[in-house]
Amino acid sequence: MEILAQATGWLRAHPGIFLEAVGDHLLLSLVGLAIGVAVALPAGIAVAHRPRAAEAATALAGALRTIPSLAVLAALLPLLGVGFTPSVLALALLALPPVLVNTVVGIQGADPAALDAARGLGMTGWQRAVRVELPLAAPLIFAGLRVAAVQVVSAAALATFIGGGGLGDLVTQGLALLDTGRMLVGAIAIALLALGTEAGLGMLERHLAQRVRGT
Amino acid sequence: MIELRGLSKRWPGADRDSVAELTLEVPEGTSCALIGPSGSGKTTTLRMVNRLIEPSGGSIRIGGKDALRMDAVTLRRRIGYVIQDVGLFPHWSVAANVATVPRLLGWDTARIDRRVTEVLALVGLDPARFATRRPHQLSGGERQRVGVARALAGDPPVLLMDEPFGAVDPVVRGRLQEEVLRLLKQLRKTVLIVTHDVAEAVRLGDAVALMRDGRLVQHAPAAAMLARPADAFAAEFLGADRLLLRLSLFPVTALPTRDAPADGAPLPADATLRDALAALLAAGATALPLVGGGSVALADILAFAGKA
Ligand SMILES: Nc1ncnc2c1ncn2[C@@H]1O[C@H](COP(=O)(O)OP(=O)(O)O)[C@@H](O)[C@H]1O
Ligand SMILES: [Mg+2]
Repeated sequence: MEILAQATGWLRAHPGIFLEAVGDHLLLSLVGLAIGVAVALPAGIAVAHRPRAAEAATALAGALRTIPSLAVLAALLPLLGVGFTPSVLALALLALPPVLVNTVVGIQGADPAALDAARGLGMTGWQRAVRVELPLAAPLIFAGLRVAAVQVVSAAALATFIGGGGLGDLVTQGLALLDTGRMLVGAIAIALLALGTEAGLGMLERHLAQRVRGT
Repeated sequence: MIELRGLSKRWPGADRDSVAELTLEVPEGTSCALIGPSGSGKTTTLRMVNRLIEPSGGSIRIGGKDALRMDAVTLRRRIGYVIQDVGLFPHWSVAANVATVPRLLGWDTARIDRRVTEVLALVGLDPARFATRRPHQLSGGERQRVGVARALAGDPPVLLMDEPFGAVDPVVRGRLQEEVLRLLKQLRKTVLIVTHDVAEAVRLGDAVALMRDGRLVQHAPAAAMLARPADAFAAEFLGADRLLLRLSLFPVTALPTRDAPADGAPLPADATLRDALAALLAAGATALPLVGGGSVALADILAFAGKA
């Protein structure tokens, strides 16, 4: 309880610092996620119909996924230096695998009868992809997006180690200054953000699945 | 009119043609049922007609035009297509599913709406109840109906059906066959229908084309094929009860009229010869009265079957 009081005490005293850290954290996460999706989605669509390319992309994504977030961050340090940009790129790299894999699996799993009907009724390849294939893959793609978003929001806490800012700063500063309140506010906010992302996107995902599949 | 001339398909790496030199004509406004054992090339043949499969050789003419020289997408929009798994788009309403081809053809909204209503009613689905439903809210039989409605929506002169009733239970299948039969007669479409069910083939097909190993074994009007199979394979495939099946293709009115009265429950005027035979057997009688006068005699049915 006393610890919680320390946290609320710090929060009351430094609302500006807190809000700035939240803002930085969200910006890092959103830009990282956006870049990751912007690469993974088209890549997934491009390889989904080429079995060998799809397999290679999936394997690559799997390998990328096993590398710990901190290692990705550290590896980028000598290449890109410190600050916002390398942090965002590291987060984009983290967002890539789940979106890529789910895009491939979602497209490959689209009802073959519906796709056959689409072609047989005279849709062009483009019309079939946009009107049938992608909508059918959408729930899975969105699930990948949710996993990526949660990972990115959590991993953004590590950006502090390469000077990327965000809520992680509160934790590292709190530790360095032995300021338990500051550290706790950072830690709790990171956890709540990750939980909130999971819950919010999970709800949207169910809604989407309902719209596409009706169940 | 569908005209296939020397149509062949050999898949890459295969050592023989899956469809070999197939020549077949489906006259305007008639239906032809493609039958044959599994793997005999029925689906491949059907899918070459709308160019979902590109032939390795031969020609296809639809309504006199060379289908192989038309743009495949344009061609498909003018050909109705129904498959066993229906393949409704699960993320669209029934109305949107049915509107697929009209939308591709660029019809205006009012015309599309009118057509959707019309064609849903045509396949026996109340537009008010079904238009806004989603595919997962339909029974198997209703889904098949929507599949047929979707194929008919663009008013194509030609209809291709691949085992359209294969996925529904026998009772629903019987009813769907009956309604589609009525519909095809009413709309005068030119229809190529694939089935492995002989009874379905002779019921829906004006003509039947029997395939084996990619080749056409026999092509004849349904009743004629049942009466005179071309060879032992055809006879076996058509089944031991083929003559009984043939009787189901004719109404009792195909027999010479008999005025002699008979005892027993009267047969309805739209009964088939097979119905009549079954009723005679059940009653243990040699003759039964007809609703509206006259009678049917067992001897006449036997003579009719024997004349084949
Ligand atoms: N996409 C394909 N690739 C290779 N072979 C195929 C393909 N589709 C069908 N075949 C072969 O062509 C033959 C005829 O198949 P199909 O037309 O589906 O038969 P049916 O519809 O009469 O059961 C079979 O031997 C089948 O293995
Ligand atoms: Mg088949």
